[in-house]
Amino acid sequence: MELLNRRRPFFWLVLHGLSCLISLLLGFRFSRLVFLLLSTSSTYTSPFHSPTELAKTLDIRSVIPADPVGNVPLPFPNKTATNSRVVVGRHGIRIRPWPHPNPVEVMKAHRIIERVQTEQRLQFGVKDPRKIIVVTPTYVRTFQSLHLTGVMHSLMLVPYDLVWIVVEAGGVSNETASLIAKSGLRTIHVGFNQRMPNSWDGRHKLETKMRLRGLRIVREKKLDGIVIFADDSNMHSMELFDEIQNVKWFGAVSVGILASSANIDETVVEKRGEEENPRMPVQGPACNVSNMLAGWHTFNTLPFAGKTAVYIDDRATVLPRKLEWSGFILNSSLLWKDGDKPEWMKDIDTLDGDIESPLDLVKDPSVVEPLGSCGRRVLLWWLRVEARADSKFPPRWIIDPPLEITVPSKRTPWPDTPPELPSHEKPVIRIQEPIIKHTTKTRTSRSKRRSKRKHDETRTDRGTTGFDKTLQN
Amino acid sequence: MEIWGWVFIGILFLADFVVKIEPFKLGRSQPTERISGSAGDVLEDNPVGRLKVFVYELPSKYSKKILQKDPRCLNHMFAAEIYMHRFLLSSPVRTLNPEEADWFYTPVYTTCDLTPNGLPLPFKSPRMMRSAIQLISSNWPYWNRTEGADHFFLVPHDFGACFHYQEEKAIERGILPLLQRATLVQTFGQRNHVCLKEGSITIPPYAPPQKMQTHLIPDKTPRSIFVYFRGLFYDVGNDPEGGYYARGARAAVWENFKDNPLFDISTEHPTTYYEDMQRAVFCLCPLGWAPWSPRLVEAVIFGCIPVIIADDIVLPFADAIPWEEIGVFVDEKDVPNLDTILTSIPPEVILRKQRLLANPSMKQAMLFPQPAQPGDAFHQVLNGLARKLPHDKSVYFKPGERVLNWTAGPVGDLKPW
Repeated sequence: MELLNRRRPFFWLVLHGLSCLISLLLGFRFSRLVFLLLSTSSTYTSPFHSPTELAKTLDIRSVIPADPVGNVPLPFPNKTATNSRVVVGRHGIRIRPWPHPNPVEVMKAHRIIERVQTEQRLQFGVKDPRKIIVVTPTYVRTFQSLHLTGVMHSLMLVPYDLVWIVVEAGGVSNETASLIAKSGLRTIHVGFNQRMPNSWDGRHKLETKMRLRGLRIVREKKLDGIVIFADDSNMHSMELFDEIQNVKWFGAVSVGILASSANIDETVVEKRGEEENPRMPVQGPACNVSNMLAGWHTFNTLPFAGKTAVYIDDRATVLPRKLEWSGFILNSSLLWKDGDKPEWMKDIDTLDGDIESPLDLVKDPSVVEPLGSCGRRVLLWWLRVEARADSKFPPRWIIDPPLEITVPSKRTPWPDTPPELPSHEKPVIRIQEPIIKHTTKTRTSRSKRRSKRKHDETRTDRGTTGFDKTLQN
Repeated sequence: MEIWGWVFIGILFLADFVVKIEPFKLGRSQPTERISGSAGDVLEDNPVGRLKVFVYELPSKYSKKILQKDPRCLNHMFAAEIYMHRFLLSSPVRTLNPEEADWFYTPVYTTCDLTPNGLPLPFKSPRMMRSAIQLISSNWPYWNRTEGADHFFLVPHDFGACFHYQEEKAIERGILPLLQRATLVQTFGQRNHVCLKEGSITIPPYAPPQKMQTHLIPDKTPRSIFVYFRGLFYDVGNDPEGGYYARGARAAVWENFKDNPLFDISTEHPTTYYEDMQRAVFCLCPLGWAPWSPRLVEAVIFGCIPVIIADDIVLPFADAIPWEEIGVFVDEKDVPNLDTILTSIPPEVILRKQRLLANPSMKQAMLFPQPAQPGDAFHQVLNGLARKLPHDKSVYFKPGERVLNWTAGPVGDLKPW
């Protein structure tokens, strides 16, 4: 526009004013567009960006250099007076036809990120990571699936070599075997010949024995690595597995204790308010200022005195032991028969009786190495939640296909068949209800039959073994 | 025409395989060799003993008084001129005997006239520079001996010695005529541009080393962001339509990738900016009103691969640092395909770039620490000056010979300061 100003100024003034008005309407500089249309012979097009909706439909590229002095350019991008490939002035904003993410590229980018992170781990992570040997005592019950799946998924994420020793009370069962087979980890599944008792006390004692059984396996097979105890109801953070690589012989980490109270007891809450120092729900090593082991944090059980759960299905607070096994880490060579190990380690074959706490494995508790910035970082959490003792669940959590025979159910919503519920069957039906709601009438008949404990020949052998275990205490 | 271009590029590639050529020769006399895997051995050269610098003692109105008026000059990205002065005053390369000096330094803080917002105004800078040169040419004979060919000046402003923040005005002014023969140490660098003259040394913009140090996070924090950028895409104050600011490149980045999960880009000012850069694989360094930005320095310090979107840019210490092996260069016209370009880089190449970035001498060369440390940007500038020695005999004039036109340039520049 400016170049042609010399001739017939009035005409151009009017035209300029007109294009100004149009620009006000459209929201971009219309005059430049006209100039471009008149003069350029641009071959490739890319959409021209503008704030208004109207302009978005235009498909024109504008590369008009500003021309304040007159020494610069022609509208052609590759011929300029300054001999530079780069032109000063207004450029089009290049937008590709479909400016959205391309899934193939997103995948490629994620693979690049993975590769970068693997390299980072190799460079800055643990050098020469040792194998991790996880010892887990378990038994078949309703919540086993929940707990064991949690531990399994945590172990599947561990970037180091892993061996999982699962010790099962009551002998090896298909239930547990099928669960841990899904992990794809190297597992050693052994049975322990006692059944799990129904009291928490008995349970803790048996678990200790089962852990020792696990340690004996480490000794027999001469497994090399770092031994940790992962109780199936605990929750582990990934940093735990990085931190335990730092252990030399016998280490301890801080465990967060989540003592669940089923009933919110007001008196307990009041008592908590009256205490001067708030209780930290943490168990683990305590260090002094020079980062040396000075003592142990244990969970204060006094406020819960008398209100704790005794049986597994009690609706009361479940308390941990003084020192939970899951907070301790061993070097597997401590367990071997021969080989050099420090003399403060007791031989596990000699301990067959009850050991109260893991510190009984060593003669001198001061040799324990505190890990996780000297016990300041809580790397795993302890929680004990179990279902009622007589709760039932479908074996392997698979609901069998319905049977052919239809029997009228006694627990239907239809008013003409009044519900007849023998009292001893109530808990069973309550658990089965969620399954009943989603299934057809035939299924309810099946469950009714199950509750009557009729072992049908059409049942598969994996059918009822699970139930029997939980019922026989 | 096209085929010859490709043939030429093919020959360059072959030559590159046979002889490792540097990307940008600035008239050095000695070749440097680089061991693959580490960034330029030249970075570790020690300039002490290789050159001598004489620092002119100018009245404090050129330096101290300006700084006293506005101490903000010590923290903004143009602070290199102040810190270079302080470094030279106490450096072993300084000589008090001008007869044995190879280079002469004139301390004049031309970028310290700040607006209330903190942006430097360049309007008085040409007059300030001219007045300083008049002073040194009348009080010492060394300027007239060579008309400034063995003098160097620090001009870290947007377009260097063109002394303007707007590119068109800067091109129009051109480099200050009195500085035609001197060596300019500047942050601006763009090939075939009026404001970059042959023989200039490009330096990185000033970034505060202590501040960056305090924001370091552990090395093993996994890098989970693919592309990271924080800054303006549209400069609504000066260029509301877009297309002018950054030649439309930043706006193109926004329009093409604003909904792409791989691109963490926004205009926010988060407090975790430095930490986030350390969690990213690529950091975008697009041009703004000028092609250079402190983002390059930040990306190098934090180990994030810089993606440089600025056509024809000349990066700092380009003769010592192999930038094309360290960063990714994307033409402005290829911005819509940025995601394809970045994801098609093979992982080994990415890992190699990260290793080169992790080289401590690389990081050190981008910084201006106080007090100066070996291998830092001050030393790289001195290395660059040392590489230009010895001066060609022809720069020394016989008495009476004159080249510079003292009355050239806009009339406003001729007013005394």
